[in-house]
Amino acid sequence: MNKIFEVPMYAYTRSKDQDSEMPVRRPVVIIGAGPIGLGAAIDLAQQDVPVVVLDDNDKVSFGSRAVCYAKRPLEILDRLGCGQPMVDKGVEWNVGKVFFDERKIYEFDLLPEDGHERPAFINLQQYYFEEYLVNRVHELQAEGKQIEIRGKNKVSAVGAHDDHATIEIDTPEGPYNLEADWLIACDGAGSPTRQMMGLDFVGRVFEDNFLIADVIMEADFPTERWFWFDPPFNKGQSALLHKQPDNVWRIDLQLGWDIDKEEEKKPENVIPRLKAMLGEDVDFELEWVSIYTFQCRRMEKFRHGRVVFAGDSAHQVSPFGARGANSGLQDTDNLGWKLKLVMDGKAPEALLDSYDYERVHGADENIMNSSRSTDFITPKSDMSRILRDAVLDLAETHDFARPLVNAGRLSVPCTYDGSPLNTADALNGPERTRPGSPCPDVKLGDDYLLRKLGDQFTLLTIDADAPDMIEEDGIKVTRLALSAKDDTSGALKARYLGDEPSAVYLIRPDQHVAARRASFDENLFRAAIRRATGKE
Amino acid sequence: MSDLNLQPNIPGADDFYASLLAAHEGLTKAESDALNARLVLVLANHVGDRAILDDAIAVAKTAG
Ligand SMILES: Cc1cc2nc3c(=O)[nH]c(=O)nc-3n(C[C@H](O)[C@H](O)[C@H](O)COP(=O)(O)OP(=O)(O)OC[C@H]3O[C@@H](n4cnc5c(N)ncnc54)[C@H](O)[C@@H]3O)c2cc1C
Repeated sequence: MNKIFEVPMYAYTRSKDQDSEMPVRRPVVIIGAGPIGLGAAIDLAQQDVPVVVLDDNDKVSFGSRAVCYAKRPLEILDRLGCGQPMVDKGVEWNVGKVFFDERKIYEFDLLPEDGHERPAFINLQQYYFEEYLVNRVHELQAEGKQIEIRGKNKVSAVGAHDDHATIEIDTPEGPYNLEADWLIACDGAGSPTRQMMGLDFVGRVFEDNFLIADVIMEADFPTERWFWFDPPFNKGQSALLHKQPDNVWRIDLQLGWDIDKEEEKKPENVIPRLKAMLGEDVDFELEWVSIYTFQCRRMEKFRHGRVVFAGDSAHQVSPFGARGANSGLQDTDNLGWKLKLVMDGKAPEALLDSYDYERVHGADENIMNSSRSTDFITPKSDMSRILRDAVLDLAETHDFARPLVNAGRLSVPCTYDGSPLNTADALNGPERTRPGSPCPDVKLGDDYLLRKLGDQFTLLTIDADAPDMIEEDGIKVTRLALSAKDDTSGALKARYLGDEPSAVYLIRPDQHVAARRASFDENLFRAAIRRATGKE
Repeated sequence: MSDLNLQPNIPGADDFYASLLAAHEGLTKAESDALNARLVLVLANHVGDRAILDDAIAVAKTAG
């Protein structure tokens, strides 16, 4: 049987645009049909923005690559109409074990908080994720939305202009050109767009290599994340074992710096390493093997006029913490509604500068976290190894040292503190819902808060009065009226009120808080809406 | 500056110092380094105040 990543999902077909004498102008062109390009395309198409996605390939991700998806991206995927298949297929996990040498030194439980529709994490092969996104594209096409993926369309040149971009494309039937009012570059870590535009991509390369192997085996390891520091089967290095659906297991083995990558990738070298780890008599089959050098870096700016970068093209992190695809989806979540408002003339172009501010902030947080994990996992000096080992030795018997063990701080969405779109906090409410924060979910009867918030501006009132709708300079804001009594678990109160008796929240289409106060005040909320749309 | 105490604060300073040396008695360099590292972590956790810890790191860095 062919693997899903071996079958063309969006085979090349000739487009009318290739027969046009003058380059056709498109409202939005996206380069790259990876998870981020597809996510951006679906988001825009759902808002009736016509999109064309160009990809030099015609298949989903080769090999599993990203396997760990966090709650926030799943919530975003719900909004994009493909959260459910992810969760149905994915493997849910909560327990992690940390080993040092031959000993299990500690075990953690993510202890997911109650009242969230989506789990803290699922594991799923990236090729399935991309398959569900492509299925969703087809669904939207069937609904008559203008969204297309053009396989075997390789972008060979990009020109940036004040009010559009030009794109030169190679296809199996020869080249053609397109113009785009807006160009979104989701062409991955090696981004040809970034290179063609001569833009920087600075940061840190970690002098270490990791063997990433996905093996298929019938094994009775539990559905847990197992992480080894300095295990007997990989002395002086680290290792990771994590379960994916279909009996596929992700194994990461740190190899060190001075290695011959091509040699190490050969099955005759990989298999003995895996046997040493899994045991001589475990039957397994290799699905995919790759060797990675980890990098943490980002572009200085993600927006360059009409060309906007999202996902790995804009920022790259080491995989410890699962922040790559997860944070890329947060980019598109941030960009989609802003671009729509700008294209409709309902917000100034300057609104897009807040995409830059907010997602650079997010990338910096991710880079900081994943650099710290990498520094802990692969100590770069004698003393950093001595301190790391001291933490691990102490963690075995003393609780206090466990928070210092850093085998990857798992992806959480960032709060846009200091964003130009935020209105100063005017509620003495919980920290976690201060302006800039992503809204935490709450179970409301048979429904969930995030589903009710949807993807439009919302005025969330909790035991407070407000008009059912306000419109400020073209931006419609509808009220969602709740009472702390709607939720007997107390989560709504704990997450949105704290000690306050009432609250009014202005919530953005990406479900981040823009402003909050104890009660409604028309002038203040109108100002907050203007601010949240780049008008003040 | 935080409340980092840089005045004499250990009663029986000589006894403490002797205990510290005794703890390292007979250890190899690697074992001693590991012991020091664990000790720093245990003490840092006991202090538990980030401002004091930052100042302590700064003091230790400038004294050498
Ligand atoms: C081993 C490994 C493990 C990982 N684990 C995780 C994890 O657990 N969780 C997580 O969130 N992330 C993880 N990641 C990161 C994740 O895979 C990436 O962040 C994610 O794929 C980025 O998506 P993207 O769409 O930005 O880029 P990509 O997936 O790289 O897609 C870029 C697309 O652009 C296309 N393209 C490139 N050049 C051109 C061109 N000239 N013309 C047309 N098309 C072009 C490519 O064909 C490709 O389809 C992992 C990565 C690796 C390598």
